[in-house]
Amino acid sequence: MPKPQQWAEDDVLEFVTLKAGGQSFCIEITQIREIRRWSPVTALPQAEQAVLGVMNLRGAVIPIVDLAARLGLGECDASPRHVIMVVAVGTKTVGLLVDSVSEILTVNGEQICEAPTMGRGDVPSSILGLISVEEGMSRILSPGVLLPRGIMEAA
Amino acid sequence: MSRDDLKATFFAECEDLLEQLSEGSQAMIAGTASEDTVHAIFRAVHSIKGAAGAFGLENLVTFAHCFETVLDLVRSGDLVPDTDALHTILRSGDMLADLVELAQSDSDEIPEAMPAILDKLNELAGIEPGLEAGAGGEETEEFFGFQPVVFDLMDEAGDPDESCFRIRLSASSDLFRNGHDPVLLFSELATLGRVETRCDLSALPVGAAFDPERCYLNWEITLHGQATETAVRDVFMFLEDLCEIEDITAQAAGDIAVAGTEEEADHAVQDDVSIAEAAPAAAGIAPMRTPSRFTPMVADETPAPIELALAAEAGLAPAELADRPKGPAKAAAQVPQTTLRVDPERVDRLINTVGELIINQAVIAQKLLETGLATNSDIMSDLDDYQYLARELQEGVMAIRAQPVKPLFQRMQRIVREAADSLGKEVALVTEGEGTEIDKTLVERLAEPLTHMIRNAVDHGIESPEKRMAVGKPALGTIRLSAAHRSGDVLIEIADDGAGLNRKRILEIAVSKGLVPSDAKLSEPEIDNLLFMAGFSTAEKVTNLSGRGVGMDVVKTAITSLGGKVTISSRPGEGTQFAISLPLTLAVMDGMVIHAAGQTLVAPLSSVLETIRPRAQDVVPYGREGQLLSIRGTYVPIVHLGNLLGFTSGAPITSDNILILIRSEHSGQVALAVDEISDQRQVVVKSLEGNYGAIAGISAATILGDGRIALIIDTDATLNLAGDLGRDLTLIEETQHAQTAAMG
Repeated sequence: MPKPQQWAEDDVLEFVTLKAGGQSFCIEITQIREIRRWSPVTALPQAEQAVLGVMNLRGAVIPIVDLAARLGLGECDASPRHVIMVVAVGTKTVGLLVDSVSEILTVNGEQICEAPTMGRGDVPSSILGLISVEEGMSRILSPGVLLPRGIMEAA
Repeated sequence: MSRDDLKATFFAECEDLLEQLSEGSQAMIAGTASEDTVHAIFRAVHSIKGAAGAFGLENLVTFAHCFETVLDLVRSGDLVPDTDALHTILRSGDMLADLVELAQSDSDEIPEAMPAILDKLNELAGIEPGLEAGAGGEETEEFFGFQPVVFDLMDEAGDPDESCFRIRLSASSDLFRNGHDPVLLFSELATLGRVETRCDLSALPVGAAFDPERCYLNWEITLHGQATETAVRDVFMFLEDLCEIEDITAQAAGDIAVAGTEEEADHAVQDDVSIAEAAPAAAGIAPMRTPSRFTPMVADETPAPIELALAAEAGLAPAELADRPKGPAKAAAQVPQTTLRVDPERVDRLINTVGELIINQAVIAQKLLETGLATNSDIMSDLDDYQYLARELQEGVMAIRAQPVKPLFQRMQRIVREAADSLGKEVALVTEGEGTEIDKTLVERLAEPLTHMIRNAVDHGIESPEKRMAVGKPALGTIRLSAAHRSGDVLIEIADDGAGLNRKRILEIAVSKGLVPSDAKLSEPEIDNLLFMAGFSTAEKVTNLSGRGVGMDVVKTAITSLGGKVTISSRPGEGTQFAISLPLTLAVMDGMVIHAAGQTLVAPLSSVLETIRPRAQDVVPYGREGQLLSIRGTYVPIVHLGNLLGFTSGAPITSDNILILIRSEHSGQVALAVDEISDQRQVVVKSLEGNYGAIAGISAATILGDGRIALIIDTDATLNLAGDLGRDLTLIEETQHAQTAAMG
């Protein structure tokens, strides 16, 4: 299977895996700022459904995105058992609501497979690649998909 | 430091220098200029020229050079500027500012007016107009350079690699106290090449005025050798402000050739070094010797011949000498003015952190209270201290951002000048309270509305000189621009002594543009306020100045967006006055904490007129779903805030709702229906745009005592969301549509 462009074969990469909407995803560790417990957010008017609202992160106002909803995997019913991953995308900081965070994967570039095209030839733009893990595989999330819609163009 | 960084520093410095320049030329016009003022202007232009040369900004260098030449003549007394010349100097300052601006935007464009001003400058400098045209900076150096003689003997000079620097060290009175020893400097310099030192004793005071711990000596040092300029500058690294280093390699080559043999030069060097070494010692002995040697009467004159002789030897122009005795005084005046240049972003970060500290304090206080601690317990009083310190810190940090309005006001001088010139009017701008400090962001964002208002004042306010004379006013119109702190706000007033507002004409225009019904009976203030309505422009013909389609409504919007208010008052025949009141800072504002549709929101207190718990009979249905509030004989539309922002849809307004009457700049008054009002407090404003984006109807967010975020409603935008609700009540229906549209 061809390899995605952005990683060289001999790169050693670390990913944090997480579960959202019942599927396993991962995000490169360098993008992750912190992981914190879910706490109630302040809703925003005129926001897309996946944007739950904004949260106070030590004085910064950051939007919280329901990752499962964002990926079309159904809305997550947030509870204190859910986790918020604070990630940096470009100059912005965004919180992702996920079911749980699992582990840190250390892989070589060559272990990353390109996301397969879905029949018609288009690659899902939200997935950069796949990594095989013991219990199946984890999907590498593209940074762009993490941002709330509307600021995607600007970012 | 990269070149770009250097350039950025250059432009930042230019800003300061241009400010000095403008201030100085104002003083010259006003006749309050001292000799120092002219020197300050000269230095400013000279510094700009120097740095511009380093960046290869040729237009700037050429112009600054001509300007500098004229200023040099003025400061030497060879040119006594008349009104016309002063005018040219002012203009040149403006032009220089333009050129700096062009250079900043990497533009090579030559402003239209530049050749004319250059000609005028050349005329003042006694150069035939046109001669300068097209000449580059270097060529003109020979015409105007104030080194009087430039020997063109380069070919005959000895070692072509040899460099030569002239260093003028004007000693600060604190030189010794700060632990500097000129001898050490000189010996370090001697490691770079041959050193010639001349000591200028002219500043030595006599008798009781002499303080043995102070340094009154000035030196002129010439260094021959293979040193680079950087190396020379390094020696004087800690005395940068006190010394002037000049590369005179070309000139010196000539001097040496003239002086004759190298040996002779060597002799001179040795002699002078020994003088220099003796100098500090001599200064120490001086108090004992001076009374016997000089009488106070002649003390001022005595050094002059010596110095002249020295100067003649050093090839200095007398003009340059004239200002040298002032050296120590100037240096002393400059020393206390130490300022810090800080990246505003760092200050912003600090302000943010301090804001956090205050929120954090509130969180702790709330949590402690919840534990049921007695309010007089030790920890509670410690917490009070904490709060006090945090506030103190916040004020301190805010003060860093505060800037005097002076630079802003100074820019207005230019606006007035240009506007008056192009309209053939005579206008003077009088400024007051220039030292009033306001938040940096406010200073920046005030520039545009203020410019517009000043232009308006010149264009519409002040009459033509003939008209003024006819009604017995002085031909020279006056615009007063003042700033003052008033009860936690900043008040900026722009008052002209012109004809006052032509209310009849204003009303006619408003009627003809359909802004008010033709049978409207408006009070005088109401008519005045028509000026602020969108789509209103009184200019009978579109002038270049104020008829740009930017009306006073834009000014008002700009001021409102800064959380300020603008009011107008006018007396026929006596003038018009605009008053802008602004909050001191944008980082904190007074807000009313409200609840609507289960959300906590903050309404800016500045736009809240009153809060009302309506009686049932005061709320009247209107249209299909609309409701009006009957208040003091007028009807104000009621908008459900939760519905408006899309938190709820179609929630009815009940008698439990509290109404907040808010004023909107465009649409009159509107009553927002909310569930509860819980508090009124200062809130720290947090931008939403950093990590998310702009939201219609919401201006920013803040963090409440419990750590939760509350959104701050943007009252104007909120009402825009709801549609134009103001005067025309039939719009209520459309409002509902707008709401639905906004929610969808």
